[in-house]
Amino acid sequence: MSDSVETAAVAAATSAATSAAGQSGTVVRSTVLRRLFRNPLSLVAMTLLLAISLLAVLAPVLAPFDQNYANIAKTLAAPDSVNILGTDSAGRDVWSRLLFGAQLTLLSALLCAGVAIGIGLPAGLIAGYYAGKFEAVSNWVVSILMSLPGLIVLLTIRAAFGPSVWISMIAFGILISPSYFRLTRTAVQSVRNELYVDAARVSGLSDLSIIARHIFSVVRAPIIIQTAAIAGVAIAIQSGLEFLGLGDPTKSTWGVMLSEGFKNVYLNPTLLFWPALAMALTIGGLVLLGNAIRDALEDGEKIKHRRGKGAAKATAPAAGAARGTGQQTTAAPAAARPSRKSVAAVVPGTEHHLIKVTNLGVGYPQADGSIKKAVDDVSFHVDRGEILGIVGESGSGKSQTAFSILGLLPDNARIVAGSIQFDGCYTVAPGEDSVNQERLSKLRGKRISYIPQEPMSNLDPAFTIGYQLVTPMVRVLGITKAEARKRALKLLADVGMVNPERTFAAYPHEVSGGMAQRVLIAGAISCEPDLVIADEPTTALDVTVQADVLDLLRELQQRLNIGVILVTHNFGVVADLCDRVAVMQDGRLVEEGPVREILRNPREPYTQTLLASMLEGKEPMSMLVSTLQKEPVA
Amino acid sequence: MIRFIAKRLGSGLVVLFVVSAFTFFLLYISSGSIARNILGDQATAEQVALKEHELGLDQPLLVRYFAWVVDALSGNLGASWFTSEPVANSLATRIPVTMTMVFAAMILIAICAALIGVLAAVKRGWVDRVVQVGAIIGDSIPGFVIGVILVTILAIQLGLFPATSTISPDSGAGAWVYSMALPVIALLINGVTGGAQQIRSAVIKQLERDYVRTLRSRGIGEREILFKHVLRSAAPAGLTVLSLQLIGMLGGVVIIEQIFALPGMGPLAVAATGQSDLPVVMGVVMYTVVVVIVVNLLVDILNGWLNPKVRVS
Repeated sequence: MSDSVETAAVAAATSAATSAAGQSGTVVRSTVLRRLFRNPLSLVAMTLLLAISLLAVLAPVLAPFDQNYANIAKTLAAPDSVNILGTDSAGRDVWSRLLFGAQLTLLSALLCAGVAIGIGLPAGLIAGYYAGKFEAVSNWVVSILMSLPGLIVLLTIRAAFGPSVWISMIAFGILISPSYFRLTRTAVQSVRNELYVDAARVSGLSDLSIIARHIFSVVRAPIIIQTAAIAGVAIAIQSGLEFLGLGDPTKSTWGVMLSEGFKNVYLNPTLLFWPALAMALTIGGLVLLGNAIRDALEDGEKIKHRRGKGAAKATAPAAGAARGTGQQTTAAPAAARPSRKSVAAVVPGTEHHLIKVTNLGVGYPQADGSIKKAVDDVSFHVDRGEILGIVGESGSGKSQTAFSILGLLPDNARIVAGSIQFDGCYTVAPGEDSVNQERLSKLRGKRISYIPQEPMSNLDPAFTIGYQLVTPMVRVLGITKAEARKRALKLLADVGMVNPERTFAAYPHEVSGGMAQRVLIAGAISCEPDLVIADEPTTALDVTVQADVLDLLRELQQRLNIGVILVTHNFGVVADLCDRVAVMQDGRLVEEGPVREILRNPREPYTQTLLASMLEGKEPMSMLVSTLQKEPVA
Repeated sequence: MIRFIAKRLGSGLVVLFVVSAFTFFLLYISSGSIARNILGDQATAEQVALKEHELGLDQPLLVRYFAWVVDALSGNLGASWFTSEPVANSLATRIPVTMTMVFAAMILIAICAALIGVLAAVKRGWVDRVVQVGAIIGDSIPGFVIGVILVTILAIQLGLFPATSTISPDSGAGAWVYSMALPVIALLINGVTGGAQQIRSAVIKQLERDYVRTLRSRGIGEREILFKHVLRSAAPAGLTVLSLQLIGMLGGVVIIEQIFALPGMGPLAVAATGQSDLPVVMGVVMYTVVVVIVVNLLVDILNGWLNPKVRVS
C-alpha cells in the first residue's frame, strides 16, 4: 500500500520538476504560493495540518491528563466534562492520548522524512550531476530497497533492536530514501546540460555552488511534494506497527489507540473512531497539500477537460460573433445536393475545390472563461494536383490549421469561427464549434492523409512497420491482408527502400529517421488519398535526406495527381515544391498567392522579413530556377 | 529472450543473497541477550551459556551465516527458538493462506484498476472526477484502518460477514470464499484507488503520443487504437504499478491477517518479531524476498514480451 503512493508522488513530482525547470526559482515560488492560497482545497489542507501541528506542540498544555494516567475506576466511560472524549479500557483519557499521539506521530513522520531527505537528496545530486560509478551502484541499491516491503523490514528491525519508534522511523527513512534519490537524480539530469548550467560552469563557478544555486532550486518544490506524500506513508506504516502491538508500550500513539479500540470493539466502538479520524485527517491533509502544490506548479492556466455540449456553451459567444462576420448566408439550406449526406450545402461555385478553408478560427478555452485564439480568420483553398505551402514561424498557427482539416486537434481545442469544406462537403460547417468527427472519420486515411513532422514518435514502437502499413489498408480499403502486404511492399519500394522485405519486418527502432519518414510517407499515400497534409515533413531529417524526401513527395504528388498542403517554416522548401504559398503570422494569414509572385514581390513586411532571413546571402532567383531544374535546394 | 530471462534470474539470485546476508547480520549483531530472553530471568549463567552453545550463538557471525546458507540451500531454515517447530514447516502451512489472499486481491485489483483507469482516461467527465477523489481518499486512509472499519461496520455492527476468517478450505468452497471476502476487500481497496489513478495517467500519456494521432489520420478506429495500441503501450507502466502494489501488500497483509485472525504469515511474523524469534523472522524475510523476486521476474518477462526493443535486442 505504501509503495504505490510513493511511486505516484515520484511521477508527479518529477513532472513538476521538469515544468519548473525552465523558470527561475523566485518567480516560481511567488506565483506558486499565490496559486496555493487561492486554491480552497489547499487552504483547507494547510489549515488542517497547521491545527493538528498546533495541537501536537501544545499537547502538554492542552491535555488534561498524562498519556498514561489510568483511572481504574472509570474504564470505557462515555464522554463527560472531565474526559471530553471518554476513557479507554484502562481508564485513560482518550483526548489526552490523542494529543500526545499526535505529537509522537508527527515527530516520527518528520524524522522519517528527514532521514530520507538526508540520504536521498545528496545521493541523487551526486548521481545526477556526476553520473558514473556512483550512479550505477546507487541505482542497484535503490532497486533492492524498493523491492522490500516496508512493514516486513520494520518487523525485522523491531526483532533486532526492540520497540523504538525512533529506530523504526530511521530505518523506514532509509528504506524510503530511494524516492528522493530518484526524484533528485531525474531533476538534476534534466537541467545538468541546460545552457544556464553550462554558462555557470564556463564562468568558473565551482560544482558545489552550481548545485546550490541552480540545481537545488529545481528540486526544491518536488521535494516538498514528495515530503507530504512520504510523511503520510510514514504515519500509516508507523501506526500499523503500533497497531500490531510492536511499538513502545509506554507511548501513546494513534496506532496503539486503534488497536485498543479494536480489542474493545464490542464494548465501545467509538474508541476506534477518534484515532482513525485523526489519521485520515492528517494523512488526507498531507495528500491534498501535495496535490495542491503539484497543481500549482503545473501550468496554472490549464483548465479542466471539457467535451461536447458542455464546452459548446463556453465558446458560443465567440462562435456567434465570428458567424456575424460573413458566413451567415452559407447556413441556409439552399441548393443542397441531395446525393451528399452533409448538414449544410457549401457555397455554390466552390464545390470544385478539393479543400476550402473559410474564415477559420481555432481557440483554446482558458481558465478565466476567455478563449485564446491560435488560428484567426484564415481562408485558403487547394485544388487537385496542387501544392500549397503554409509558411510561418513556430506558433503561427500553421499546424493548428492543418490539424483542423484533419479533425485531429487536441481535445480541448474549439473551432470558434469559419468553416472547412472538403470536396464539396462541409467537415466543419459554419457555426459548428468542433470538427464533425462522424464525417471526417470516413475521410481520414481514405481521402485525406497526413505526414507528420517527427518520424520516430509517429510510429508505434510495439508493432512492425509492415503491420502499421497493412492494417490501415485492410481497414480503409477493405482488401485482404495478403493483398495489403503486396501493396505495402510495393509502396516501400516506391519510397526508395532498398530492401522492402526487411523494412516490412522491422520494428520502428530498427530503422533510421529518414527511413521512418519514408515509411510514414508510404503510409500516407497507401490508400490513395486526394489530399495529403504534410506537417514539416523534412524538419527532423538530415539535410541530405531532406532533399530526397522532397523529391519523393513531388514525384508521388505528380504521379497520383493529389493535392498537398505542405506546412513548413522553410521558404527553400516552398520555392522548391509549392505552386502557391500562404504566409501565416500569429494565427493570421498575412499573404497568399502563387509562389513566384510572392517570392519576387512580397507585399507584406512580415513576408519580406521571413524571406530576408531565409535567403540571406543567396540569389533569390536561383531558387526559382532550381525549381524548374528539379534540383532540391533545402 | 532466454538470455534476458537468465540475466534477470541471475540478478534476482544476487539480490536474494545480499538481502539474506544483510538481514542475517542485522538480526544477529545485536542479539546479545537472546538466550536470556528465551530462558527467562531465573536461568543461571551456565544455563544461558549452554543455551547459547546449543543455538550456535557462541560462534562467529560469519561462520553462522554460512552454516545458515548451507542449510537453507537444502531447504532447512532452522527451527523456532520457542516452539522448536522447523521454520520451513511453519512457512509451508501458512504461505498458502497468505498467497491465496494476496493473489486474489491482486487479480481483482488488476481487473478493477485497469477497467476504471482506462474508463476515466477515455471518458473523462464524472468518472474521471470519481477516480481522482477516490485516489485521494484511498491515499488518506491506510489499508489496515480500512480493514478495521470494514470489520466494525459490516461484520460486527451489521453482521453481514464473519468477523474472523478461520474457516479452513475443507468446509466448502462457498463458505470459504465468503469468509475470505472481507479481508480481500480490505486488502484491495487502496490498490484499486491508487492503481486506477496511475493507470489513468499512463493511458492519458499514451493517448497524447504522436503515433496515436497518426493512427487516427490513417483511418484506424478509436476502439482499435485504444485496445491494440494504447493499452499495449500503457501496459508496462500498469505492470510496474501492480508489482509495486504487490510488494506493499506483502506488508499490508500481515496487519490484515492479524485483524481477521487468519492463520497466514501475519500472525507468525508478528509473534516472531515480538519474541525476537530470529530464525522465524529470517524465514519470513526470505519468503518475502523470494516472492518479490519471482513477481519482478514475471513482470520483466511480460514487459519484454510487450516491448519489442527488449525482446529483439
